[in-house]
This record gives sequence, C-alpha cells and structure tokens, in this order.
Amino acid sequence: MNDRRDFLKTAATGAVLLGTQSTLAMAAGIGKPEQPGKARVVIARDASLKGVMDETKVLALLDKAMASYTGRQTQVEAWKHVIPANILAGKTIGLKVNGLGGRGISTHAVLIMAVCERLQQAGVAAGNIVVWDRGARDLAACGMTVNTSDRSKVRCYGSDVAGYEDQQEAWGTARIRLAKLLTRECDMVINLPILKDHEMAGITFSMKNMYGVVDKPNTLHANNCNPSVADLNCIPAIRTKVRLTIGDALTSVCQGGPVFHPEHLWYPNALIVGEDRVAVDHTAWQLIEGQRKTAGLPDLATAGRAPKYIATAADAEHRLGVNDPQHMHLMEV
Amino acid sequence: MLSKSLLGALLCSLVLMMAFSACKKKAVDPFPASNVVAGWEKTGETRVFAGKDLWQYVDGDAEQYVSAGVVNTSTADYKYKGQLEAVVDVFTMSNAAGAGKVMGTSQSQDSKPLQLGDAGSALSQSVVFRKGPYYVRIVAYEATPDGPQALLALAQSVVAKL
Repeated sequence: MNDRRDFLKTAATGAVLLGTQSTLAMAAGIGKPEQPGKARVVIARDASLKGVMDETKVLALLDKAMASYTGRQTQVEAWKHVIPANILAGKTIGLKVNGLGGRGISTHAVLIMAVCERLQQAGVAAGNIVVWDRGARDLAACGMTVNTSDRSKVRCYGSDVAGYEDQQEAWGTARIRLAKLLTRECDMVINLPILKDHEMAGITFSMKNMYGVVDKPNTLHANNCNPSVADLNCIPAIRTKVRLTIGDALTSVCQGGPVFHPEHLWYPNALIVGEDRVAVDHTAWQLIEGQRKTAGLPDLATAGRAPKYIATAADAEHRLGVNDPQHMHLMEV
Repeated sequence: MLSKSLLGALLCSLVLMMAFSACKKKAVDPFPASNVVAGWEKTGETRVFAGKDLWQYVDGDAEQYVSAGVVNTSTADYKYKGQLEAVVDVFTMSNAAGAGKVMGTSQSQDSKPLQLGDAGSALSQSVVFRKGPYYVRIVAYEATPDGPQALLALAQSVVAKL
C-alpha cells in the first residue's frame, strides 16, 4: 500500500483506495445535540499549520471538521451522511475549486486530495470524482494536474476543455451560460472555495465561487455583486447540485483580493464546513472582518463594500439559507 | 502657384505622418528573457489581455484597471534559482495619469519607496512601479531571505525595457 505522500502524488493520476475506517475519537463536536431547524456550520482549526500545508495535518483537520459537522463516529459514516446513497452508487461528484488568485491564494491541493481520498473511502470511484474550475491555469494554480479522460484516476479539468452550454439561463440579474461540467458531468458538487477579501463583493467564499461556473462572470459585478451573487445561486442547477461547502480558510487575504497580495496574507488555519451556503458565507465574513480589525483596516461597510449579497440570499425572494446567527448552530472545534 | 500648393500639401502630409507615428505606441516587450537577470528564469509564455478581456485574467480585480484606462495587460511567470516563483504583470494604461491612479489606490502603507521608473515601492514579496503609461506589479509567492533583492533586480531589468 502506498503511504500518504505517494497517495497525494498519484491520486490525480492513479487513485488509491486506502480502505481505512479509523475512528474519529479525537474529533470534537461528536455527541453534541443537534439544534433542529438551525443551519450547522463548523469552523475547524489547527493553529499549528501556520501556512505550511502538511498533508497529514490537513487530512486530520478535514476529519475533525466532518466528524463535528455530521456527528458520525467514522470517516466513512461521516461522508455517507452528507453524500446521498444514489450519488455514492455510481454518480459523479464535482469538486469546484478556486484558482483565480494564482499560486499564492488558491484552494490548496492538499485539501482537494484529502477530500478525494475520503470520498473514495466512502465508496466513490476515482473516475467519478472531477476536480474542476474555469481552466487549466486555475487548476495549476491550485497545484493540480489535468486528467481529462482516464477514469481509473480522479479526473481534473476545466471549462476551457468542457465548454459552456449554448442556452442562456436566467434568474433575476443573472443571465449567463453554465459550465457543462456542472450541467452534464456532475450529479452533485462539493464547493471548495478559498476565503478572500474581494474588491467588489466584499468577500468571496461559498456563493461567490459560483462565478467560476459561468461563461461571463464579469457581467455580474454591478452594485458590489448584489443581488447577482444571490441570483446566480438561485439558478436551479447551482441551487440543487451544489450541496456542501468545505471551505479552505487555511490561508486568506483580508485586503486587496481577489488577487494575491502577500502583504495582506493571513493564516486562519481553518476549514469551514456547511450545507447552508448563506450561513457559511456569513461565518466567513465575520472571520474577514475580525482580521481586518486586527490589521487596523476599516470594516467592509466603511470600505464601501459590505457583502450585502449575503442578506439578499437569505431574503424571502431567494431563500438560499440563513444569515441570522440566531438561526445558526456554529461549532468551533 | 500650383507647385507652391503641391509643396504645401506635401509638407502638411509629412507633418501629419510624423505626428501620427509619434502618437503610435512602440511595441514593447518588457519581459527579460531567462538568465538576463542573474538567477531568474522565465518559465512561461507571455500572455496578453486587451482591456475588455482583463476579467479573464483577474476577474473581480479588473474593474479598477478598466476605470483607470487600461489598454492591455501582459503577464509572465518567473522562477528564481529554480525555487522562488513570481509573476510579472505589466498594465499598459492609456496615459501616465492612469498608471498613477492605479498605483495610488493599490499602494500599501507599509511599503518602502524605491527610485524605480517614475515612482516605485517594495514590500518583502512584491515590487511595484510606474513609468509613463505603464504600471508594473511583480509578486513572489513565498517570502525568502534573498527574495527582496532578487525582485528588485528583476524590476530594474523590466524598467529598463519600458
């Protein structure tokens, strides 16, 4: 059997089913009573990471996050709790990553591969996992290697290969063409954004990552991306297929985003997990605001770019989730 | 009389042609080839984005350049001594004021001023400067002890080509 380093090197080109079923006894949050009707969000942290992407530690952090989120005792049970049985039985799962910011601030390969590893352990065939983004350069920025067709391995390619639908979809201000990877290839999508400040939207995380699913995201930037982010997430294929966010907050930029500004880099050393995309984004927003305060920067409202699209997404017209902390069950582990 | 008119017309045409060629921006390749600057290797092809297509490169960040009059942006990846990766972005604005506007809004309080082009500044992982209509941003993806000096050397080579 390959060791972990071999797994991570070859997983995108030759997946290995490790088959372990280790107990997550260390995971915090297990056994905590669920709060019915509340949106669960987990922030799992490992302060020892400090920007060093140790694969063993990141896998352990993912396990801790998933165990806490699901309350399940083993990794397989945890993943089966969030992946419907019909999807596990031969359907395709997409992992929508974010490489827009370039090498310095993109979804980390070590997290992507950790998710691939656990999905396979839960019974998903390697070839039924597709890691994707806009194009090859974005995937390279994440540290991934393109594999378009070999189904014995995890596949990895972008919309530059797969293309976009000819037919336009519309919801409110969003009039776009969707990536065929979303509409035709994936039966379910796990959203793997990276937490960033955003020059226009205020922050970019779960819902804003869907801008990488459309042909012309530049048409959705007016008025601080509000209500376009919310409108876009209401398009049926996005609303129904994108079911879980495992957000990368291992590193982040609190100013100057969405591109890489090393002077504003900081290390939350965290993953943010949830199925309620609005609650996840609200939680992520608070992290950014906290760091901006620490760094002596004005809050986003003062900076003229509060992420108002989060409240819009929660309103009666959109109903994408909740943004009221009273209706969230936030667990920090 | 006719010959005087003809001569006048020719002179006018000549003046106009000279003015037109002066207005045309010369084609500039600002990217040093591999090993022109000690230790630096150009690791990818230069990519060029017209102003209207800049979102394809930096979606969400493009608008600030567009509003300042960006004409096009060229970018190339570099690597220093086989390890430190960096990117060089050259934004060609319609005039020097546009370059000044972008530099003014994107400059960090902690940056150290540099005598580079018309104005420049540096942080531990980046160097920015403007020269005429050009705004240049060079960013390294990691912090290394020799990074600041290496970035400055690369920046000096770029400024000399503009």
